[in-house]
Amino acid sequence: MKAKIKIGKAGKHGDKVRSDCHVVLELTGSGGIKTKIQSKVSALYGQSIKNLILKMCDFFEIKNAKITLEDNGALPFTLAARFEAAYKQINPDDSKEFLLPMNKKNLNASSKDQLRRSRLYLPGNEPKFFPNAGLHKPDGIILDLEDSVAPSEKNAARFLVRNALRSVNFYDAERMVRINQLPLGLEDLRFVIPHNVNVILIPKCESSDTIKQVEEEINIIKAEKNLSDEIYLMPIIESALGIVKAYEIASSSDKICALTIGLEDYTADIGVERTNEGKESLFARSTIINAAKAAGIQAIDSVFSDVEDLEGLKISTLEAKALGFEGKGCIHPRQINVVHEAFKPTEKEIEKAKKIVLAFQEAEKKGLGVVSLGSKMIDAPVVKRAQRILSLVNNK
Amino acid sequence: MKLVKNNAGRFVPTEVNGQKQIPFKGIDKFKPTGSKAKPLIRTCIDYPKNGNKIVKDLKTALKKAGLKDGMTISTHHHLRNGDIVTNILFDTIKEMKVKNIRWFPSASFPVHEHLIKYLEDGTIHHIEGSMNGPLGKFTSEGKMKGVGVLRSHGGRYQAIQDGEVHIDIAVIAAPASDSFGNANGVQGKSACGGLGFALADSEYADKVIVVTDNLVPFPCVPWQIQGNNVDYVVQVDSLGDPSKIVSGTTEITKSPDRLLIAKYIAEFMEAAGIVKNGFSFQAGAGGISLAFIPFLKEKMKALGVKARFVRGGSTKYLVELLKEGLTDYILDGQTFDLEGVRSMRENTSHIMTSPFTSYNFHGKGNFASIVDAAILGATEVDINFNANVVTHSDGYLLHGIGGWQNCLYSKCTILAVPSFRDRIPVIVDEVTTLCGPGELIDVIITERGIAINPLRKDLIKAVKNSSLPIRSIKEIQKEVYEICGGAPQKPKVDKNKVVAIVKWVDGTVLDSVYRVI
Repeated sequence: MKAKIKIGKAGKHGDKVRSDCHVVLELTGSGGIKTKIQSKVSALYGQSIKNLILKMCDFFEIKNAKITLEDNGALPFTLAARFEAAYKQINPDDSKEFLLPMNKKNLNASSKDQLRRSRLYLPGNEPKFFPNAGLHKPDGIILDLEDSVAPSEKNAARFLVRNALRSVNFYDAERMVRINQLPLGLEDLRFVIPHNVNVILIPKCESSDTIKQVEEEINIIKAEKNLSDEIYLMPIIESALGIVKAYEIASSSDKICALTIGLEDYTADIGVERTNEGKESLFARSTIINAAKAAGIQAIDSVFSDVEDLEGLKISTLEAKALGFEGKGCIHPRQINVVHEAFKPTEKEIEKAKKIVLAFQEAEKKGLGVVSLGSKMIDAPVVKRAQRILSLVNNK
Repeated sequence: MKLVKNNAGRFVPTEVNGQKQIPFKGIDKFKPTGSKAKPLIRTCIDYPKNGNKIVKDLKTALKKAGLKDGMTISTHHHLRNGDIVTNILFDTIKEMKVKNIRWFPSASFPVHEHLIKYLEDGTIHHIEGSMNGPLGKFTSEGKMKGVGVLRSHGGRYQAIQDGEVHIDIAVIAAPASDSFGNANGVQGKSACGGLGFALADSEYADKVIVVTDNLVPFPCVPWQIQGNNVDYVVQVDSLGDPSKIVSGTTEITKSPDRLLIAKYIAEFMEAAGIVKNGFSFQAGAGGISLAFIPFLKEKMKALGVKARFVRGGSTKYLVELLKEGLTDYILDGQTFDLEGVRSMRENTSHIMTSPFTSYNFHGKGNFASIVDAAILGATEVDINFNANVVTHSDGYLLHGIGGWQNCLYSKCTILAVPSFRDRIPVIVDEVTTLCGPGELIDVIITERGIAINPLRKDLIKAVKNSSLPIRSIKEIQKEVYEICGGAPQKPKVDKNKVVAIVKWVDGTVLDSVYRVI
């Protein structure tokens, strides 16, 4: 007979840990609930911490346990996530979830052609980065369950990301989650779909089948939980095969809002070094752009990994814009402004866009089916692009 | 101990360490009259004609100075956390079996943890100055024999001039001195910048001892401390650890959240119309109050604007402004890095100031109120704009007041603080200890928005059309409590046991610090 696990552990401890905690939960046969709490903020929130733990014990019907908490200023959403992660190690089949109230600021839905110039990656198991991420005004934040989370922390990160989606105000940033590669990624969906996520990033896509599986699972969860807001998909292509299948992937679902590329893995796959100039990935990036445009969605560039080199980031982003990309990944808040600046339309572009939109409005007023500027006919996509440029001007 | 409610609504004792105290009466409401304290008459015939005041060692100097039980001994914090002179001084006093000293430092540092044993054995009766780090913890736990008195740099000068603190012996650690006692802080291996904090002590103390590890032939110039006020000179091998006296270079924070606040400061100053030709500001040495300088510099360059003077806490960032012609002067109260020390030594536009010129309540005016904007920190700020700099939210004393209270008199006082640290709210409903009344605090800048004191209608109007995130302080406080999980518990303290008092710049008592249970 398999011995039943009686001890669950989750979280972080040590001198350098900030805004996190470590929970050890040991289920015992008798003696009631015994807590040993050591907290940096016990003078301020000692009672609140104890109350939360007792409430969670009650919720999960834990009657007898030894609970050791080492706390370095974890916010309530983190404390609850760590406790639940520890508990679910012992009782993985318990389907009950301890959900904190939904922050009303996080109820806004997203749209398919939302502005996505910058998206800030947040390692899914590092709660200290969450509360202030939105203050730096990225267009989107990504709670990452994939590469930035160590395999041993995958499970704990899911609870943390779920709680963050409910509790943390990301201000007006679009809320994205990068799930793991399938099949693990399909399990991740259960933790995020019911909690107001706007976009799911799907890593290492190589076929439309991956998209279909994710979409199906999302639909099942949405039906189960009676959810109506759209949840968009952003496939990340990170291999030679993925590039070959780019259009197939981009056009595989109308929920796909953007196609993006992961250059670290791609360059490794084709066996070259990644450079700042990026000659080695020009074909792949152009393919992404072309496939995305053909499918009527956004093309978004990879991240720029040297966070110290803001000048390099600027050059790289201007180049991405010139190629046709509409956004770039960011791994540090300081990159956001540089990216936004680079994507800002030039005076010339703005002037031209204003003329086009004006001509379009005139034509509409007059009931004309054809828009023209001077002697040139203007097609609908050109008008759309012009409107987009003007919306960027108004969106600092 | 009898406590009365003062004008700020805080309970304060009317007598501390046997001295009568006046409760805070309101900003600029207390004006003592009469004469200042006066030093004894000295005559040059009592001092060596050849100007040589060197004595064998510190013990000899203390003996000659007439050290005895219950005296007030002053020291200064120029050497910051690198200071060993104060520790050796009290080792010597202990060796001489002298007790019940009132220690009167201009500030204390964690290195002074060494003195806890002397607080325990009665060598030191109590501290009047600042109680930082380990000394703060010791005091907060009610272990000090007397009651601590916390004063600002300006308040320290005022207390000396009022006669509230009579210094029996001042011990001035000097990185350079001649045998006559002319001394400065800009030369030698222990160079620290200016010695301004020791100025009052050199003029008012009964006996003045200069301790140096860099004896130079007469004359030692510049004489930041005049040998004419000095009784004895002691030569030692070392004043302390140079790497902790000044930092090699000061680095600006990399925290994106702090940098966001720093950026808001520069944007606010521009929007409020403060950044114009001939303006002035005060910067600090750490964190945000340093980090805003590069942002401001960018704006000054873009606007083609030059400052008349900047006040430090000087660091290489202020020195760069001076070198690049973006300010005419640095008026420097304290020098924090090697570049600052070098600049003060070499650049005649980098001027040493003292608490007398900068902050003194009993001067015929002081510089603090002339400054256009002061950017300061705090451990807590409440919804009435009151701020705390000495205790943390758990009630423990952790910092001194420094020049903070005095700087509140600037034309635009900006407190730049994160709205919370980990799970510790900084914007709170009521401060644990009141150090600065809200009516002097104009703007609170956090990463979650900027709150302007409703009293400053002019500032509110000036920035109305900017894109800055202006919010009410209550709104920010509410959001902070939501993030942190509700209102924090109040610290458990014994309201019957005052362990320290916080003085206002005029010498009245602003608040009490209680024993933490």
